[in-house]
Amino acid sequence: MATVALSNVKKSYGDVSIIQGVDLAIQDKEFVVFVGPSGCGKSTLLRMIAGLEDISAGELRIDGAVANDVPPDARGLAMVFQSYALYPHMTVENNMGFALKLAGIPKAERDAKVMGAAKILQLEKLLDRKPGQLSGGQRQRVAIGRAIVRQPKVFLFDEPLSNLDASLRVQMRIEIARLHTELATTMIYVTHDQIEAMTMADRIVVLRAGRIEQVGTPLELYHFPANVFVAGFIGSPKMNLTPVVMKSAGANGATVVAPGGGEIFIPVAPTAVATPGSAATLGLRPEHLTLSDDGPLSGTVAVVEQLGGETLVYVEIGDKILVTVKLAGSGSVHVGDRVKLAVITTEANLFGSDEMAMTPLRRAPVAGKGH
Amino acid sequence: MTKPRTKIVMTFVGWGVAFLIFFPIIWMAITSFKTEIDAVQTPPRLFFTPTLENYTAVGDRVNYFQAVYNSVIESVGSTICCLLLAMPAAYAMSFYPTRKTKDLLMWMLSTKMMPAVGVLVPMYLIFRTTGLLDTKTGIVIIYTLMNLPIVVWMLYSFFREVPKEILEASRMDGAGPGQQLLLLLLPLSLPGVMSTALLSIILSWNEAFWSINLTASNAAPLTQLIASFSSPEGLFWAKLSAASLLAIAPILVFGWLTQRQLVRGLTFGAVK
Repeated sequence: MATVALSNVKKSYGDVSIIQGVDLAIQDKEFVVFVGPSGCGKSTLLRMIAGLEDISAGELRIDGAVANDVPPDARGLAMVFQSYALYPHMTVENNMGFALKLAGIPKAERDAKVMGAAKILQLEKLLDRKPGQLSGGQRQRVAIGRAIVRQPKVFLFDEPLSNLDASLRVQMRIEIARLHTELATTMIYVTHDQIEAMTMADRIVVLRAGRIEQVGTPLELYHFPANVFVAGFIGSPKMNLTPVVMKSAGANGATVVAPGGGEIFIPVAPTAVATPGSAATLGLRPEHLTLSDDGPLSGTVAVVEQLGGETLVYVEIGDKILVTVKLAGSGSVHVGDRVKLAVITTEANLFGSDEMAMTPLRRAPVAGKGH
Repeated sequence: MTKPRTKIVMTFVGWGVAFLIFFPIIWMAITSFKTEIDAVQTPPRLFFTPTLENYTAVGDRVNYFQAVYNSVIESVGSTICCLLLAMPAAYAMSFYPTRKTKDLLMWMLSTKMMPAVGVLVPMYLIFRTTGLLDTKTGIVIIYTLMNLPIVVWMLYSFFREVPKEILEASRMDGAGPGQQLLLLLLPLSLPGVMSTALLSIILSWNEAFWSINLTASNAAPLTQLIASFSSPEGLFWAKLSAASLLAIAPILVFGWLTQRQLVRGLTFGAVK
């Protein structure tokens, strides 16, 4: 059992406000990912939960008990740092057993626990080595092992994979996800990489400038972004965010004028700001656009990226406005071609001039994640 | 790639500078083996019959081993005190800095800019009142105070080389400040701490001002012993040289043995 609850948590250094009132309830055994651009406060928030940073205002509860002033080691959490932060002068075994040693746990019991964690992470053969003699991936595993040994209520990960190369990162991603299933523990994971967030999280918390922009399952965020920021941040290739002008708005949806003059009807519930003539942003995922003989958008193919299984086509539809289209297979489009684009309007997102999303009306709700 | 010729020139310059710095010590060593009459000849005599009479004279007149013993106790003792005081201070300043930390460090260092003689009279009076005159305790205290700013500064810069996350990880693991210092900071910056200790020992060993003014016999270290040869009956160059050589011999050997550690510590971080 381990829940973490933040209510109106704030952090400021002097006059500079880093975290501006965060409310969040993390459930037991949940894998929550904090994601956002650098400087959004996600690491600070994690460090506040860990107890490495003071909480300026608000309340942190771990398992229901207020933990604002509880020292880090007494919170029952374990943290994996971006730089691994292994103790360089100690062997892997001593690194992993350090917390137990400080807690005064007898050597036999300590060894058993270290061995248990080493088995999970396949570190048995490395126990006598020092961190300097390990590869990046191995160090990362030792850092995770050090956390596992303590049998924490909650695991905290601070960008643990950003120092690894791409292929190792994928491998470790899978290992951490597997570990989450195996250990059945609450995990909070910080990353700036939205792919890590999408693939690992039960729920994603998108942060910007010290505020939560949206909380939801990966697919909720993908299909129902609350605003332009989340829409642009989640998903790869990125969602196309095209400036449009509202033409009319009704109970069934809104009609907008796209660059180039094409009109598109989008089934969304218009918000108060969606007055005719006002500016809006049309959000289209690359896979919700298709090349067709007839469509509301038209332009010239600027770049074609052949990825084998799929093809990304960048179409310039107006002055310097590039739209990404994802096609299955290796299409036969060439740079310079004049093309028309059809839109799957039920999947299109429309954001008002306040950058907030209008609720889609005819889109199937996202099914819960199978955990 | 440096050109071979530049390298040769640099080698010569290097040797030249080293010789220049070392010359007084060589000259002192040579003088210590001359008779008093040879020692005062101008121009100096390069060829002479060496004699050990100065050394036996020094041995007869003063208790050399007592002075060595005092020097060791006072320099090592003050260094231990310094480290005990400076390590927590440097730890706090490196890992929990405030806006005033830099100013505080500067202020500590600025005390070194004051001429020691400026506080001689008050210090003397304090020592007399507290009965610390001519005691090893007194000298240990004054040497500790004298070296503390430099030791804090050096430890501060060595501790700052240790990644913050390592200490944060240990805090998560349940290590208190004392354990962080002893189990992590000390082993991780051991070369730095060692060279700081060596420097502190050397500075204390060579200190003469306070030892001459605040000790007479009981607590007199080697520097005071040298000074005693340049007084009442006039200067005896050869005997003074012999005494000086005997005084610096232990620290010279010590420095020679630890020079690798010392250089490594003093340049540690400088090339980063």
